[in-house]
Amino acid sequence: MLRILYFAWLRDRLGRSGETLPLPQGAHCVQDLITALRARGGEYAAIFARPELIRVAVNQSFATIAAPIAAHDEIAFFPPVTGG
Amino acid sequence: MPRVTIRVQAEVFDSAHETALLLRGHEDVGGVAAFTGIVRGGGGLVALELEHYPGMTESMMRRIAESACTRFGLVGCTVIHRVGRLAVGMPIVLVLCASAHRSAAQEATAFMMDWLKTSAPFWKREEFASGHSAWVEPRAQDEAAKARWGSLTD
Repeated sequence: MLRILYFAWLRDRLGRSGETLPLPQGAHCVQDLITALRARGGEYAAIFARPELIRVAVNQSFATIAAPIAAHDEIAFFPPVTGG
Repeated sequence: MPRVTIRVQAEVFDSAHETALLLRGHEDVGGVAAFTGIVRGGGGLVALELEHYPGMTESMMRRIAESACTRFGLVGCTVIHRVGRLAVGMPIVLVLCASAHRSAAQEATAFMMDWLKTSAPFWKREEFASGHSAWVEPRAQDEAAKARWGSLTD
């Protein structure tokens, strides 16, 4: 199962901090996962409609949407960071 | 090996105590540079709510700190970042850099803050007196400040 995490306003909008789901059929990279999540419609479609607002980490390292994913990966979606 | 301390915590930190821990047993230190970030008020702001990504946040903080140690030849450094609800005027982040000479410690402190602000997964939500709250937008000047250092491992 993939472990998916949402932070900051993504979590607020979705009303959940994460979920587990099987690797979608034919999904090889982060972009494929985003496509599958967008297909749910509603807030998922709204959130991923502007990918430039979203950053992604695969297994706790910053990644691009072209990064490969595999079953059991931890994939996090969040806005650009604002700490310090 | 440089002495590196990384912590994410809700509690307030004690800068003097952390400095003493950093220096303990190190007679080769000529200076410690310190930066304390404070929740700045204005515009009706009451507090910040700080969120992080447990695991990834600590590992990014460690990478940044270790990279500063290598790049500036630090004897050690301490980075403490608070999370949770922090009222205006409260300390939010502490960076301490210890080195043989002043300039390395001061530059390393600036380097670490520039990288922390743009690369460690923390998010701030502003809470206003009106009851309104909003997630803080990233600032282009923070990215520009980081860019002057090149990559983390240059």
